[in-house]
Amino acid sequence: MLRENQRHFKFDWITVILFLLLLGFGYFNIMSASHVGEITSYFDTDQLYGKHLIFIGLTFALIVIILSFEAKFYEQFASVIYLVAMLALIGLFIFGKDVNGARSWYGIGSMTIQPSEFAKFATALAVAKYISDLQTNMTTIKDQLRVAAIIFIPALLILLQNDAGSTIVYLAFFFVFYREGLQQVYLIIALSLIILAVLALKFGILITAIAAAVIITIVYLFRKKKRGAVLQHIIVLIFTVAFSYGVKLFYEHGLKAHQQNRISLWLRLEKDPAKLERMKKVEAYNLIQSEQAISSGGISGKGFLQGTRTTGKFVPEQHTDYIFSTVGEEWGFVGTSFVVILFVLLIVRVLYLAEAQKSQFSRVYGYGVASILFVHFTINIGMVMGLIPTVGIPLPFFSYGGSGLWGFTILLFIFVKLDSNKINEW
Amino acid sequence: MRKLLLLTTVILVGLVFIARLFYLQVYDNTAYNIFEDNAIRKVYNYPKRGYVYDRNGKLLVANQPSYDVMVIPREVAPLDSLQIEEFCNLLKITREDYDNKLEKATHYSPRLPSPFVPQLSKKDYAVLQEKIRKFEGFYILKRSLRSYQTNIGANVLGDLGEVNRKTIENDAYYTLGDLIGKQGIEKTYEETLRGVKGIKFIQKDRFNKNIGPFKEGTLDTLPQPGKDVTITIDSDLQAYGELLMKHKRGGIVAIDPSSGEILAMVTGPSYNPNLLVGRERNKNFSSLFLDKVNKPTFDRGLQAQYPPGSPFKVINALIGLQENVVTVDEKFTCRMGYYYGSRRLTGCHHHRSPIAMNGGIAQSCNAYFVNVYRRIVDKYDDAGEGMNVWANHAKSFGLGNFLNNDLSVGQPGRIPDGDYYDRQYGDNRWGSTYIVSNAIGQGEVEATPIQLANMVAAIGNRGYYYTPHIIKNIEGETIDSKYTTPKYTTIDKKHFEPVVQGMFDVYNEGTAKHIRIPGIDICGKTGTAENFIKIDSVKTQLTDHSIFVAFAPKDNPKIAIAVFVENGYWGGRFAGKMASLMIEKHIKGHITRTDLEKWILTHSLEDEYKKPYSGEPFKINGESRLQVIENYATEENYPLKNQNQIDVKL
Repeated sequence: MLRENQRHFKFDWITVILFLLLLGFGYFNIMSASHVGEITSYFDTDQLYGKHLIFIGLTFALIVIILSFEAKFYEQFASVIYLVAMLALIGLFIFGKDVNGARSWYGIGSMTIQPSEFAKFATALAVAKYISDLQTNMTTIKDQLRVAAIIFIPALLILLQNDAGSTIVYLAFFFVFYREGLQQVYLIIALSLIILAVLALKFGILITAIAAAVIITIVYLFRKKKRGAVLQHIIVLIFTVAFSYGVKLFYEHGLKAHQQNRISLWLRLEKDPAKLERMKKVEAYNLIQSEQAISSGGISGKGFLQGTRTTGKFVPEQHTDYIFSTVGEEWGFVGTSFVVILFVLLIVRVLYLAEAQKSQFSRVYGYGVASILFVHFTINIGMVMGLIPTVGIPLPFFSYGGSGLWGFTILLFIFVKLDSNKINEW
Repeated sequence: MRKLLLLTTVILVGLVFIARLFYLQVYDNTAYNIFEDNAIRKVYNYPKRGYVYDRNGKLLVANQPSYDVMVIPREVAPLDSLQIEEFCNLLKITREDYDNKLEKATHYSPRLPSPFVPQLSKKDYAVLQEKIRKFEGFYILKRSLRSYQTNIGANVLGDLGEVNRKTIENDAYYTLGDLIGKQGIEKTYEETLRGVKGIKFIQKDRFNKNIGPFKEGTLDTLPQPGKDVTITIDSDLQAYGELLMKHKRGGIVAIDPSSGEILAMVTGPSYNPNLLVGRERNKNFSSLFLDKVNKPTFDRGLQAQYPPGSPFKVINALIGLQENVVTVDEKFTCRMGYYYGSRRLTGCHHHRSPIAMNGGIAQSCNAYFVNVYRRIVDKYDDAGEGMNVWANHAKSFGLGNFLNNDLSVGQPGRIPDGDYYDRQYGDNRWGSTYIVSNAIGQGEVEATPIQLANMVAAIGNRGYYYTPHIIKNIEGETIDSKYTTPKYTTIDKKHFEPVVQGMFDVYNEGTAKHIRIPGIDICGKTGTAENFIKIDSVKTQLTDHSIFVAFAPKDNPKIAIAVFVENGYWGGRFAGKMASLMIEKHIKGHITRTDLEKWILTHSLEDEYKKPYSGEPFKINGESRLQVIENYATEENYPLKNQNQIDVKL
């Protein structure tokens, strides 16, 4: 009996409490954002928030199931789980259902399931499994290519289903790879390319090329071993210019119109006032409404169920991707900073636990969990406040929807299970 | 190091988010204002506007319902031509009108309501009300309009018009389309009459649909009805004044000296207040406002600044006594004018000479008053100081400045002082002989009829007046104490008696003896003022203005009056007769001097007014002939008391 109890209390309760707080607060906001007419009961299953309560109930069942498996199971069956998830993604091309132009759902009766939400934890498991293999060395090109392939397969499948937002999430694994030994130069290159892409779009290729030339020249002048370096620098410069040009080309021809507009709005590229005015009414409508809802909340907000813009459904998709604007309007700065702090604490807690793991599998997986949560948190809240171009991904544990909620819950609680087991691992 | 990348990034992003949220929600956030929240629809509920009664309790202004057909173009359901025809028949418009109006409304805004057909008749409304449901996007809006129970007093009552944008910006109470008092009592007592509109807050969604009351209606307010007001005007006297003023230009202002209440406030020409109600308001207002010859919207009783002429002499007599430069009995010679050396500064008419104060006033002797006036100005070391002393006395009668009362318009008039002439001639480069015209109410002195009426009220009261005002009573409120506190002049009470006696003798033996009213002791003063206009930039003299001021009875006066008739020639000719009649009407309630009344009603000055615009040379004063009207209006046939009949077509 005593052993049973001890086992129970080994779960990291801080993580669990943070999870519960987010889940509960999220539920109240979904209620505000989705209710139609009077709220007669908290359990009205005719309303979306009532449905979400059922999802939450099932979530707890799911948690019990996850925790009841042996921790070893996840490591042993990581590849199988990954394989199943990939098959589910492939299956969409045959059995999938189109919703809003994306073929990302399976329809089962009146319910829909989005396999990409489950592919995330499966990929995290697979990555952890591969990296933790004693044979794997992340500094070698061979292994780098192999782990890249593990994330590339789901990312590509999801992109092909027209869900570019969820594809971006797989970039999260960069943090994992870096932690596990990927060379510094990749970080520098990645950052440089991001900066270069933004510069090229914002200021044009010529200015970007000149700026790059100046910086490369300065680097060359301060270099001690100059012999043979000239050619190297010229190659870098040529590559820089070619990349900028490629970004521009991709922006103009590779992106879909709505994606192009989102970036254009974010970088304020549109100069034609008439077109800008039209964009404000169409492409930027969500963003403007969401920003207005947030700022109208002020310090303490208008109160639960009292948000006029939320009640009036001014922000489209408010109960899903734009749920944070409800927090902003009804709970004000107090509520929004509370949510931001909860997320930061949760991610930092997971990171802390991951570093404390004795098995590399658990550590890598924990890192994956933290990274995926972080990318979702950053992109979603950044987008709702207009800091990042619009990318439609949900806020973990907060947004309405069964698949998303369950995907994140499985992701987090597998780690809670792994963490609880660290003593038994030897 | 590798462990720290994600950790620091997470914390950094958290900080950036909180900073951004702080900027959006705290720093860049003005206090929440429900009126600026476009998620909340504000629906106003307009209260009944207060009624206006005259001093005898007669209802002058009430309300009438009006029904506007409104349209929200986006919500108009497509109709087939048969349905449109039916709709047009109901509204009494053509198919073309229908298309034009709908296009205009769509152009204004497809989402907001626009008036489609304003102000339906009650009959049309009754029929349409049954059927309007069939026509989606159209609805009937009930409004309240003013209903004038009289055809007189347009300048007193004023009118309502749509509030302009500037007012909306300055006063949060008003929203686009609200009605606001534009002139007269409607303007000055706007806040009392309008009440407070009620408001309902309704939550709407992003498609602009109502989805229910906001916060269960807890913030909603009920309208507070406007208060009824009673004004000091005696509508019978006002109507009689307007009748007398027919075919003339000028103003009559009658005041009750014992309270400062304005009994009548006539301007001529005037218009029917009903012209400014309803569908035709804007059109009528423009034609009234743009009539630059007759200027019917210009209230001559309040806004016209005329040289006061001889009535002003009594002020100089009072100042002379107060300044101790003349006694009641001192006599001055008049050789048909006032001579400075051999130069005649001002002329005079034939009367006995030498003459003391009583005769000076009764005979309106110019020379007498130039003597007195010069003594006042020259009493002090320099003329500037003398003029300042003189001006202060004159201003204590309410002249030379705004009366600061509850009338929507007014003018300050002018009482020049030392500084004024220093500016005109240069410092100390002038003396009393330069400015003798002021002695006889010409020259630089100017006053409005209401100022003159107030001036005689102060004389009748022997030294004080109450600010002339139009409010008598507001339902459940006391009127402003500034109207019930007397204002004292700078002249001692004892000096008034001889001057009052002089004005009494104007009627007894002087310039007004022909217009006496049997049984009433009237004190008055005639006035005749020269005036000029520019015709093709040539200064041209017109027939003199006819002026008269009076109060009656002599002791404890009940009425003080000033009458100004433009180009009426001498004071007793038009203004004096009209003043006498008004006094008799007020005190006796009926007219015994029907000869005077008939003369006034049958004589017109309209030909006189056409002269300067005729482009031909013309004669003035005694050389011109007076126009006689055969078919004249009387109290019986003049449609003063008939309702809703427009009598002035412009």
